[in-house]
Amino acid sequence: MAERSFAKEVEKLRLGEGEEFAGEGILAITKALLQCGVGYVGGYQGAPISHLMDVLADAQDILGELGVHFEASASEATATAMLAASVHYPIRGAATFKSTVGTNVASDALANLASGGVTGGALIIVGEDYGEGSSIMQERSHAFAMKSQVWLLDPRPNLPSIVQAVEHGFELSEVSNTPVMLQVRIRCCHVHGKFIAKNNKRPAMTVADALENPRRDTGRIVLPPASFLHEKEKVAKRWPAAVDYIRKNGINEFFGPDAGSVGIVMQGGMYNAVIRALQRLGLADAYGETDVPLYVLNAVYPLIDDEFLTFCEGKDSVLVVEEGQPNYIEQAFAAMLHKAGRGTRLVGKEYLPVAGEYTGQVMLDSLGAFLRAEAPQLLSAEIRAPNKMGGGEEIPDLSKVVPGRPPGFCVGCPERPIFAATKLVEQELGKHHIASDIGCHLFSIMPPFELGATTMGYGLGPASASAFNAPEAKRRSISFVGDGGFWHNGLTSSIGNAVFNKNDGVIVVVDNFYSAATGGQDILSSRANNRTKSTQHPITKAIEGMGVKWLRHIDRTYDVGKMQATLKEALTTEEKGPKVIVASSECMLNKQRREKPLVNQAIKDGARVVKPKFGVDEDICTGDHACMRLSGCPSLSVKSLDDPLRDDPVASIDQNCVGCGNCGEVADAAVLCPSFYRADVVHNPSGWDRFLDRMRGAVIGFLQRRRERRRLVFADA
Amino acid sequence: MLDIVSSMRDVPARGDGGVIKIAILAVGGQGGGVLSDWIVDVAERNGYLAQSTSVAGVAQRTGATIYYIEMCPDKGRLPVFALSPSQGDVDVLVAAELMEAGRAIMRGFVTPDKTTLIASSHRIAAVSEKIEPGDGRASSAKVRETAELASKRFIAFDMEKIAVQNGSVVSSSLFGALAGSSVLPFPRETYEATISASGRGVKASLAAFGGGYNGARGRGVEITHPVVPGGPDDQAAAHSPVSSATAADGAEPVENNGPDVEGPRRLVAGWQELTARIEEMPVPVRDMALRGLRKVVDYQDMRYGEEYLDRLDRALMLDAEEQGYALSIAAAKHLANALCYDDMIRVADLKTRSTRGARVRREVGVKDDAILQTTEYFHPRVEEFCGAMPATIGSYIENRPKLSAFIDRRINKGRRIRTDSFTGFAMLWMIGGMRRWRRGLLRHRVEQAHLDRWYDLALATVPKDYALAVEILNTRRLIKGYSDTHVRARSKFDRVLSALPMLKGRPDAADWLRRLREAALKDEKGDMLDGALKTVATLGD
Repeated sequence: MAERSFAKEVEKLRLGEGEEFAGEGILAITKALLQCGVGYVGGYQGAPISHLMDVLADAQDILGELGVHFEASASEATATAMLAASVHYPIRGAATFKSTVGTNVASDALANLASGGVTGGALIIVGEDYGEGSSIMQERSHAFAMKSQVWLLDPRPNLPSIVQAVEHGFELSEVSNTPVMLQVRIRCCHVHGKFIAKNNKRPAMTVADALENPRRDTGRIVLPPASFLHEKEKVAKRWPAAVDYIRKNGINEFFGPDAGSVGIVMQGGMYNAVIRALQRLGLADAYGETDVPLYVLNAVYPLIDDEFLTFCEGKDSVLVVEEGQPNYIEQAFAAMLHKAGRGTRLVGKEYLPVAGEYTGQVMLDSLGAFLRAEAPQLLSAEIRAPNKMGGGEEIPDLSKVVPGRPPGFCVGCPERPIFAATKLVEQELGKHHIASDIGCHLFSIMPPFELGATTMGYGLGPASASAFNAPEAKRRSISFVGDGGFWHNGLTSSIGNAVFNKNDGVIVVVDNFYSAATGGQDILSSRANNRTKSTQHPITKAIEGMGVKWLRHIDRTYDVGKMQATLKEALTTEEKGPKVIVASSECMLNKQRREKPLVNQAIKDGARVVKPKFGVDEDICTGDHACMRLSGCPSLSVKSLDDPLRDDPVASIDQNCVGCGNCGEVADAAVLCPSFYRADVVHNPSGWDRFLDRMRGAVIGFLQRRRERRRLVFADA
Repeated sequence: MLDIVSSMRDVPARGDGGVIKIAILAVGGQGGGVLSDWIVDVAERNGYLAQSTSVAGVAQRTGATIYYIEMCPDKGRLPVFALSPSQGDVDVLVAAELMEAGRAIMRGFVTPDKTTLIASSHRIAAVSEKIEPGDGRASSAKVRETAELASKRFIAFDMEKIAVQNGSVVSSSLFGALAGSSVLPFPRETYEATISASGRGVKASLAAFGGGYNGARGRGVEITHPVVPGGPDDQAAAHSPVSSATAADGAEPVENNGPDVEGPRRLVAGWQELTARIEEMPVPVRDMALRGLRKVVDYQDMRYGEEYLDRLDRALMLDAEEQGYALSIAAAKHLANALCYDDMIRVADLKTRSTRGARVRREVGVKDDAILQTTEYFHPRVEEFCGAMPATIGSYIENRPKLSAFIDRRINKGRRIRTDSFTGFAMLWMIGGMRRWRRGLLRHRVEQAHLDRWYDLALATVPKDYALAVEILNTRRLIKGYSDTHVRARSKFDRVLSALPMLKGRPDAADWLRRLREAALKDEKGDMLDGALKTVATLGD
C-alpha cells in the first residue's frame, strides 16, 4: 500500500470526450496514456513519477476494464525491457521511471530496444529530478537519447501540452519505429492544472491477443548482422521519418513576431520561466504574447535543421536557453549555423550559468543581460539601465543564523535505532569503513549519526564495499542496503557478489516492509496482502538461498541493545564470508497512516486500547542532549525551563511522539540517563484494569502522603 | 491613475498582468501540501485561475520544503504561470515555522516593496540545534528583526499552539492567518467553505482557522511581541513578568516573593529562619539565593540549606556592590547545582512524588477515565552501586577491580521499572528514602570534595582577579549528565580549569575562561575545547 492513496483521483481517469480534467500533471499523463489506447504500462517508482506508479496501482480496475496490463517492474531495466512487447506487435506500451538514476539502470535495455526498433509506439516517461530538492546527481537524460538514438520530448510545462506530447510521442514512435522518451521536470509532474479530456481507448491489440498469436522477425533481434543493419536504418530511415513527423505536426512552436534582430530558443520545459523573465523585462504579457521571437523545442532530440535556420534568418544573435550541462543543443545549433555559413551569432552559456537549475532569478538576470547587450532598443529606459535601489535599509544576512534543515528520519522511524546502535558499536570498537546505499537509510550520513562514506547506487551498498576484503585487516567494512535496493538488484550485485568473492564484511539489510523513500510502494518482502501482487517473500530466505552462512534476523529494530550486540558479533566473529543482518520493522510513516485511524476508531468504539508515548522528566534531565546525538527524532527536541538556576535547555518530547521506544532503548543501551519514561495510556480500561489501578493508587498514594507529610513541599516543585 | 489603467485595458499590458504569487515554506510533515491545495481551492471558488507546484519526494521527510502558487482572475484565457518562485517577486510568503521565514528572507523571497510575510513564530529545532551539549538554538530575535525590515507586512504569532489547542495541524491556523490578513481578495466564508469541502477533521480545522484568522487581525493573541520559547536571546525576555505569562510549554512563572511552602510546623519555622538570612543579603543576590535554597532544601534537608547559606556567605564577604554582586549571584546559582548532584536517590525521589504523577498525566494528556502506566528506564552500573554505599564500603569495592567487575556483571543491565505498580514504585520509594543517609555515602563524599576544591579555588582567586573568580564559578555549568556523559562533563570541567596556570596574571583571563567554557559546550567530546586550549597555550609566546 502506497503512502498516498489516489483512490479518489483515479475516478478522473474515467472522464470522457469534452469533459474538463483538473489535477496534477502526473495524473494527466496517466489519463493521456489511456486516451492513446496504451496496451501495457510499467515502471519503477521514484520522485517525481512515484505518483504515476501509485495512480496506476490504484487504477487497476479501470485498466482492467480497458484490457491494459500494469506491471510494477522490479527495476527500471525491467521496465524498459518490458517495452520489448512493442518490438514485433503493434501494441502501444509505456514505461516510467526517475531520471537520470533510472535511465542509467535502464541503459542496457534501452540500447537493445532502440537497436531493433519498435512496431507499436513505445513511450518512456522520465521524471526529471533536477535542481532544488533533488536527491540525485545532476546528469542529463538528453545524453541517453543521443547515445541510444531515441527521440526526446520536453513539452511546455502545462497540462494540455504534456497531454499532447503523450499523443505525439506514440505516433512519432510508430512512424519512426523508435522508442520515444518524454521528459517531465519535477515541478511539472506536481503542477495542478486543467485540460479537456477525450474518451479512453481500448488498445487495438492487447497483450493477450499477442500471446495467442506470437510473431518473430530475426531482423529485429540485436545480433549481427541484423544489428549492423539497425545502425544504418537508424540514420537512413528512422531519423528522417522522425524529423519529418516533428516538422509536419508542428511539435516545436514559434511565438512572438516573425522578424526581429534577436531571438530565443529554449527547451519546452523552460518556456514558463522564460516568459516570466520577459514579463518582468516588459517584453511579454500575462498570456505569453511577446515582443521577442521565440522558438520552443518541445522535441529536443532530434533537432530540425531547417526550422532552426529559418528562425535565425535576419537575426543578429540568438540565445539558447538550455538547462543542464554539457550544452548539447547549443553545440548542435552552432554546428548547423557554421555549416550553413550563416552569420547569426549563437550565444547560450555565455549569459546563462553553465550548470545548475535555471530559476526565476537566473532567467531574469541572464535574459536581461542578453537583451541589454544584444537588443537594448527593445527595453525600456529603466530596465536598460536600472538605477540601483538606494536609501533602503540593508537587510541583515541570516545565513549564519538560520540552521540548515536537510531531510532526515521521520518521527518513530525504525531505521533510527539501527544507526544509533551502529554509532554505539563504533564508540566501542572504533570507526569503520561504512558504505551506504540509496533510500531513507542514507539519511544516516547526516547529523546526528554521520555514518557512511559513499553511495554508489541503488542496491549497490555492499557492492561498493567489495574491494575492502582484506584478511590481514583487523577491521571489517560495514555496508547498508535497504529492502528496496535489495530487490532492485542488491540480491545479486551485492549479496551474491559478496558470497562468491568470500567477502568478509558486514552487510545490514534495512527492511522496512516497503520501498519507503519513494512513497511506500509494496515490494516482494512487504508484509501486507496485495490484491494484485505477490508479497510476503522473506528477505532472509533469499539471502540463505544465495549461500550466506552467517545470517541474523532482528525483527524489532527498536531493540537497540540487541541490534548493538548483533552488530558487534558480526564485526568480531571468527566466521568467514559475509555476515548479513536483516533488521526489520515497519516504516513508521506507513504504519501510522494505516493504524492511526483504526486505533482512533477503536477508542471511539469503546475498545480497550493501550497507546504509548514517551516523556522526559525535566527535573531529572540535565540538558546535555546526549540522547539527541543518538536520535535526531523530530519529536524529541529542546525546551527552555523558566528557571534561572538552569542554563541549558532540557530535552522534551512533543505530542507527535508515536511511542516507538527508541528514546528509552537508547538511554538504556548507551547508559545515558534515567529521565525518559514511557507512558502507556489505557483507553477504555477493563474492570480489572480499574480495580488494579485503584489498589495501586491507594498504596502509592499512602506512601507518597507519608513522605510528603514529613518534608517541606514547595509549590510546583 | 485610474484613468491610465482603464485606458490601457484594451492593449494587453506587458508584465504578468497582476498574477498573485504565494510561496509556502514548511518543514516536511506540517501539512504544506494540504495548505497549498486549500489555497488553490479558495482561489477557484472566487473565480480565479490558480496553479500550484511543489517538490515532493525525500525532501518531505522532515526537511525544508517549498510550495508555490500563482493565481489571477479567470478571463477565459490561460495565462502563463511560473513553476517556481523568483527572488523579489513573491506577494505572500507563508512560513510554517520561524526559521523557515528566515530561510525565505535569505533566499530573497521576501522583499519590502511587495511581500506580506505570514509566519508561525514557533520553533522546530533543527538537528544541528539540538545536538550541541550547550544551547545551540538559533536566535529567533534576529530573524524577527530582519523579518520586520525585509517584509512589507509581517504577521507572526504562534499558530502551532493555536492548531494544537484545537486538535488540528498548523496548516489550518496558517490558512486562517492568510484569510485574516486580507491580502487575498477573498471573503472569509469562501475559505471556510474550502475547509468544509475537504471533508477530514473539518471541525478542528475550522476552529484552528478561526484562531489564525483572529490572530492575524490582532485579536486573541499578542501580535506585537509574541514570545517564542527559543534561543538564548529569548531567555531574558522569558523572565520578564509580561512574557512569562504567555510563554509556551506550560512553564509556570516563579513568584519572586518566595515560594509557597507546606509542611510540619517545625520545618516551616526552620525554613523561615533560613529565608530570614536571605532577607539580610544584598537585594541583587536574594532571588538567586532563594531559588538555590529551595532547591537544596528540597533535595536534602534543612541542614543542607544551612550549609548552602554558610558557603554562600563566604562569597558575600568577599563581594562588593560596585561589582554588582556577580560573584555571589554566580555562587548562589552554581553552589545549589553542585550540592544537588544527580544521584540515584535524587532520581528515585523525584520519580515517586505525587506532583510528578500529576505532571505526567498532564503532559501525556490522560483523560479522566483512562489509566496511565509509567515505565522508567534505568541502567545502573557498579559506579552507581558504589556511590550509593557507605563511603568505606564503596571505596573498598572501587579499589578492587576484580570485585568491581564481578559486581558490575551482576547489576550492569537495563532495568525497566513500572512506577505505577506496587513493587516498582516501592523499590524507587525506598531508594528515595535513602536520602537521610546520603551524607554518609561514597558519592556524597566525592561530590563534596570536588565542590570544595572548586569553590575554594574560586574564592581564593577573588582578591587577584574578581572576574576570573566569577568565571571559575560559571565553569560549573559544564557538569551535567549521568554515567559516561557525566564522566565526559567532569573531564571538560577539568580541562577548562587546567588553563588557569596559563592564564595567570593576564588581564583577559576571565574572558578566556568564558571562551573555553563556551567551546566545551559546542561538541560532545570537547574537540572545540581542545582547539581553544591549544590557542590558550600559545598566548604566552
